Amino acid sequence: MIFPVLRRVAPQLITLFALIVLITLIFPSFLNLSLVDGRLVGPLVDAAKRSAPVALLAVGMTLVIATKGIDLSVGAIIAICGASAAWAVGAGYGLGPALLIALSAGIACGLWNGVLVAIVGIQPFVATLILMTAGRGIAQLITEGRILTFTDPGFAWIGSGTLLGLPVPVWLWFSTAVLMALILRRTALGMLIEAVGINRRASALSGVNARVLLIAVYAVAGFCAALAGLVVTADIRGADANNAGLWLELDAILAVVIGGNSLLGGRFSIAASVIGALIIQTINAGILLAGFPPEYNLVIKAALVVVILVVQSPSLGGHFAFLRTALLSRREARHAPQTEEPKP
Amino acid sequence: MLLTVKNLSKSFLGSRALDAVDFDLAAGEVHALLGENGAGKSTLIKCLTGAYHRDAGTIALEGEAIDPRSTSQAQDLGIGTVYQEVNLLPNLTVAQNLTFGREPTRFGLIDARARTRLAREMLDGYGLDIDVNRDLGAYSVAIQQIVAIARAVSLSGKVLILDEPTASLDAREVEMLFKVVRDLRDRGLGIVFISHFLDQVFTISDRITVLRNGRRIVTEDTARIDRVKLIEHMLGHALESEVEARAGAAAPEKGGRPIAFSFRNIGRQGVIEPFDLDIHEGEVVGLAGLLGSGRTESAELLYGIRTAQTGEARDANGPINIRNPRAAIAAGFGFAPEDRKTDGIVADLTIRENIVLALQASKGWMRPIPRAEQNRLADEYIEKLDIRTTGREKLIGELSGGNQQKVILARWLAMNPRFLILDEPTRGIDVGAHAEIVRLIRALNEKGMSLLVISSELEELIAVSDRIIVVRDRRHVAELAGDQMTTDTIVRAIAAPDANPEEAA
Repeated sequence: MIFPVLRRVAPQLITLFALIVLITLIFPSFLNLSLVDGRLVGPLVDAAKRSAPVALLAVGMTLVIATKGIDLSVGAIIAICGASAAWAVGAGYGLGPALLIALSAGIACGLWNGVLVAIVGIQPFVATLILMTAGRGIAQLITEGRILTFTDPGFAWIGSGTLLGLPVPVWLWFSTAVLMALILRRTALGMLIEAVGINRRASALSGVNARVLLIAVYAVAGFCAALAGLVVTADIRGADANNAGLWLELDAILAVVIGGNSLLGGRFSIAASVIGALIIQTINAGILLAGFPPEYNLVIKAALVVVILVVQSPSLGGHFAFLRTALLSRREARHAPQTEEPKP
Repeated sequence: MLLTVKNLSKSFLGSRALDAVDFDLAAGEVHALLGENGAGKSTLIKCLTGAYHRDAGTIALEGEAIDPRSTSQAQDLGIGTVYQEVNLLPNLTVAQNLTFGREPTRFGLIDARARTRLAREMLDGYGLDIDVNRDLGAYSVAIQQIVAIARAVSLSGKVLILDEPTASLDAREVEMLFKVVRDLRDRGLGIVFISHFLDQVFTISDRITVLRNGRRIVTEDTARIDRVKLIEHMLGHALESEVEARAGAAAPEKGGRPIAFSFRNIGRQGVIEPFDLDIHEGEVVGLAGLLGSGRTESAELLYGIRTAQTGEARDANGPINIRNPRAAIAAGFGFAPEDRKTDGIVADLTIRENIVLALQASKGWMRPIPRAEQNRLADEYIEKLDIRTTGREKLIGELSGGNQQKVILARWLAMNPRFLILDEPTRGIDVGAHAEIVRLIRALNEKGMSLLVISSELEELIAVSDRIIVVRDRRHVAELAGDQMTTDTIVRAIAAPDANPEEAA
C-alpha cells in the first residue's frame, strides 16, 4: 500500500529534498532546529507552518481538478470565512459557534459552486470566477469595510499555538491531508471521482452519481478553504477582507500542478499536491533568506517553478524513460511466452 | 506499379510487427488491406506515411526508392492519408481546413476571397454542394470525411490511404463516399482501403491483401477471392459456420415465457414516436434500422438517458420508474453504448476499475469492493471473455476496440442484470472478436438474461435475435419473427415508405 504512494510522490519528494539541500548549501542555518519552551523552532518548522493555507487549499483543489474542474474562488472563501469567524467571535458567540459558522460558510460557498457546475452546467472556470469576484464583496459586507480584529486567545491559538511541539497550523494541514486521503482511498470515493473526471458521461451511464460527486467535491474545496481562512485570520488576529487569501487560489493550483496532477482530470494524489505546497513555501523561504530585494521574489519564484515543471514533465522524462522501458520489456519478454497465437 | 513495398520489416522492442511484407499498388486501383486487429495493417500504413521508420525493406514510389521520415514528407512525396477519426478542425471553416498551412496571402495577410476560391476549386468534382465558409463541424461525418479526402488528394495526389473511413457512416453516406473513391480511382490515383466491413471491401476494392501476425498471407483480385476463404485467411483457421447455425434452425418459441419487462407508449417528442415493447425472460429482441432512424434513441428512452415524456414501464412486480440511468440500473438494466470511446470506457482507468465501476457505483461509495474481490472479478472476466491483455492493471484505453467492448460487457455481467441493452456491440471490431461477442450474446441469453440488441449488421442481428423490430423515421414500423426474419424482409421494411409488418413479410 505504501510503496505505490511513495513511487507516485517520488519526483515531488526529490524536488523538495533538492531545494532544501540547495538552500542549506548557501545558508547552513536553514536546517537549524532547537527546542524552546517545549516547541520546535527553526526555518524548516516556520516553512511548514507558513505552508498551511496553500496546503489546505491544495487538498480541496486536488479533488476539484481531478474532476476536470478548477476552483478560482477559494481565495475569496478564505476572506469570507475569516471575516465571519472574526465577526462571530467579536459579537460574543464564543469560539465553538464561531468556528462552526466559518466552516458552514465555507461549505455553503462550495455548495454554491458545485450547484453551478453540476446542475446549472456552467464551466467550472466561469462558475467559480463568480464567487471569486463576489466573495471579497461579501467579506467586506461582513467586516463593514474595516479590518476586524479580535483578542480571543483560543482563536489565536489556531494560527500561532503549539501542540506537541509543533505549530497548530502544521497539525491542521497534515491531519486534513491524511484524513482526506484515507477517506478517499479506503472508500470507493477516490476511484469514482477519477472516473467522473476522466469520462463523466461514461461514468453516469454506469450508474455513478456524477452530480452529487461534483457538488461534494466543491463542498470539500470550500471546507478546506474555510480551514485555511481560520488559519490566516487567527495568525494575524484580524480579518482583512481585501487581502486575506489574495491570489492563494493560484498558489493552490500551482501546488496541484507541481504535484504532478493533470489539469485534464483523472488520477490524483493528495500527498503529491501537499508536497507541492511545501515546495512553493520552501522556495519562498529560500528567497527571503537570500535577502534579495522583495521586487525580485516573484520573478525568482517563477523561474524556479518553470524549472521544476520542466524537469517533471513527461515529454522530457521520455528521454530518460526509454532506458527503463527497455529494461522492463526485456524482463517481461523473459517471463512471458514469446508468441501468442490468437485463439479461435 | 505506382507503389512497391518489398521485404518491409518493423519491430517494437523485440516483437515483430511486420515481417518481410511485400505490397504493391497500381495507379487507378483500390487495394484493400485486411487483417484482424494487431495483424500489422496500421504499422504498414505508418511505415508508408513516415509516422514510423522501417527497420528493413524498400519502398518505391513510381520506381524511385523513397524514405519518408515524417507524414508531411510523405505528403510532399505524394502519399496522403485520411483516418477514421477525421483529423481536421471542426471549429474552423471548410475553407480554412482545406487550405490549412498554405493559405493564399496578399501583402502578408491571408486573402480570404482567394481562400474561398481555392477551397471551391479543391472540392470541385466531389459532388459536394456545401458552403465552404461554414464551420466544418456543422457538416456530417461523411462530408467531413470527403473534405479530408479532398485535402489529402490536393496535397499529395498519387497515393491515398483510407484508414477505416466508413466506420461511422450510414449506408447512404458510404455510397456517397464510394462514389468519390471511384472517381479518384478513375483519375488514376492508387488507393489503399482499410475496413472491417467485408461487404464494403468487396464492393469497392479491385485487389485484396490479407495480413496476419505481421506477415502477408495472400494478395488476390477481389473478383477471384471467395468470402469464406478470405475470412479463413484473416483468422488463420477455418471459420465455424457460427452465424448460419442458428439462422437455419427454427428459433425456439419464447413468446410463451413470462414477460420480464413491459413498456407501454414510451415516447418523446422529436426523438421517437411512442412505442410498446414487451421483453420476455431470456429473449433477444433485435432493433434494426438506418443510423439516425431512432434505434439508439429508443434504447436511450428505455435506459433513462433521456426521459420519456409519455408511457410507463413495469416489470413482474409492478411499475418501475426509469428517470435516469441509475434508476434503470437499480431496476436491473444494463447498457453497452454505441460510441464506446466517449460513452463506454473510462480510458485512464485500468481494466479492473472499468469492470467494477458499475458494481461499485450501485453499492455506493461507502461500501468499497475489497481489492481482492476486484482482482477476482477482473481475472474471472478476463479469462471468461478472453480479453487479450498483459494484466488486469493495464489501462483500458490501451486495448483494441474488441477487447474494450469485452471489458464493457464484463462491467455489466458483473452486475448480473436482468435486461441488457447492447447498442452496436460489434462495431469496429475485428472478425475474431466479433464471433466471440456474438457467441457471448447467445450464452447470456441461454442463462435467462433478456437482451435488446441494436445492430447495422442484419445477418448478425438475425442470427442472435428471437424477434426483430424495424425502426424507420423515428417510428417502430414493423416486427418480424421466425421465418420472417431475413435480410430481405428487414431491408424492405426499412426501405418501404408505407410498410406494415404484413406487407414487409
